[in-house]
Amino acid sequence: MKLLRKILLGDLWDGLKLTFRTQAPKNIYTEQYPAERPRVAERFRGAPRLNINPTNGETLCISCDLCAIVCPEKLIKVTSVRNPETRRKDLVKFTYDLSRCMFCGLCEDACPVDALELTQDFELAGYSREGAIWDRQMLEEGPHPQRFR
Amino acid sequence: MTETLLDANELVLNMGPQHPSTHGVLRVVLKLDGERVTGTDCVIGYLHRGVEKIGEHRTYAMFAPYVDRMDYLAAVSNGLGYCLAVEKLLNVTAPPRAQAVRVILAELNRIASHLFWLGTHALDIGAMTPLFYTLREREEVLKIFENYCGARITTHAFRIGGLYYELYDGFEAQVLAFCEMFERRVDEYETMLTENRIWVDRLVGVGILTAQDCKELGVTGPMIRASGLRWDLRKAQPYSGYEQYDFEIPTRTNGDTYDRYMVRIAEMRQSVRIVRQAVQSIPEGPQMAKVPKVIKPPAGEVYVSVEAPKGELGYFLVSDGTLNPYRVRVRPPSFVNLQALNRMARGALIADVVAIIGTIDIVLGEVDR
Ligand code: SF4
Ligand code: SF4
Repeated sequence: MKLLRKILLGDLWDGLKLTFRTQAPKNIYTEQYPAERPRVAERFRGAPRLNINPTNGETLCISCDLCAIVCPEKLIKVTSVRNPETRRKDLVKFTYDLSRCMFCGLCEDACPVDALELTQDFELAGYSREGAIWDRQMLEEGPHPQRFR
Repeated sequence: MTETLLDANELVLNMGPQHPSTHGVLRVVLKLDGERVTGTDCVIGYLHRGVEKIGEHRTYAMFAPYVDRMDYLAAVSNGLGYCLAVEKLLNVTAPPRAQAVRVILAELNRIASHLFWLGTHALDIGAMTPLFYTLREREEVLKIFENYCGARITTHAFRIGGLYYELYDGFEAQVLAFCEMFERRVDEYETMLTENRIWVDRLVGVGILTAQDCKELGVTGPMIRASGLRWDLRKAQPYSGYEQYDFEIPTRTNGDTYDRYMVRIAEMRQSVRIVRQAVQSIPEGPQMAKVPKVIKPPAGEVYVSVEAPKGELGYFLVSDGTLNPYRVRVRPPSFVNLQALNRMARGALIADVVAIIGTIDIVLGEVDR
């Protein structure tokens, strides 16, 4: 039996049969990327966003600096001033160096008020290193991609 | 070896660092006598990032994302080993729910890693088709990872003391559906390869490593099991609740490249078995142990090793009671297994060297760290 199988190329035919069975696959895994944007998972860790209060447009960030402390790459810089009237800290500057970020999510976990969030946006390519350093405005509004077509 | 004088028939040939079958940037200096290899010399370090040194400058929690970048095909196992090591240093254990989820993800990662190995190894030997099939199934695993923790490759799925992310709705169903589908798919790979005459001719008797060799060189993982030694840390020193699950350690006796292929195929089936058992009985309860916000372990040192897809992955941490580890040392399975290359390749043909490098299943990110 084994010999007959060997003479009749049984092993090769079995493999070929399998190959031809999958000629018209039901699920196609290749993504047609620019034409069809993939839907990433809800928990995807992509471009950062600094959330604002939708009713009055003020930032949710309380300048606690926790995100900057936990970041392993030390790429977040938070600058704030103490407001003498409310005795709270007001956010002045917030920079986030995307080029060094590894999207580990530690900053997002640390934020006590859910101000900093890693969103589902994954198109982060840019033309310069400086362009990868996002300031507060960019973090609040999101990137403005240029469309060439 | 590179410096020694050659006699008139000998030739030195550089294989890599850009050679596609060295799976990354590995350079192998081959000493040849015609087509026969008389010695090999590995030149590594092209991907060195100083991960161990980075560890000394980060706090314990901060270092966790970096370990994912060593063996990037099995990031979950890397993270698991590191978290277990720090937990041992802190003298806490993850709650049962966290342990079960860790086992599920680590076993899925083992499947993904073996699938990638199988696809690329077959591609090296000249079988193009399996690559597409294995990557198709790997995609399913990566989708589970992405849904669970938001990243596909460098997952950072676990935290010290347990889990950070809750299981998402439909996790169990998705994992079970994967198990259901995957067992048939392993049969498909076997249809294509196990009896295929080209595959058998290229692999049987190539790169033989005896059990004695394995012990001398410290080789672990599927390579030692293919040589007939029943050594698996999941059974030998169970961690993260592996003792509750019923599975076997597949072994073979010849220790050649074909046996290593058979062992890995059998391991994928066993992993499915473990995942099935674990996912059907995820205990309820907390998923995070009581870990202080600022992790400051007492002075001391620990060594914790886990069975990564490639072998024994060990973490040696020395704490001096401060926020950062005093020393982090990683025992990467790929690095140690790579040492067996010389013994396996001596006397083989150049074409076999490709098969032998493939069968070790190295990831250069882990070799160079
Ligand atoms: S995702 Fe990680 S690396 Fe990036 S800013 Fe947050 S903590 Fe830092
Ligand atoms: S952790 Fe949150 S609230 Fe605190 S500084 Fe960062 S973004 Fe602002």
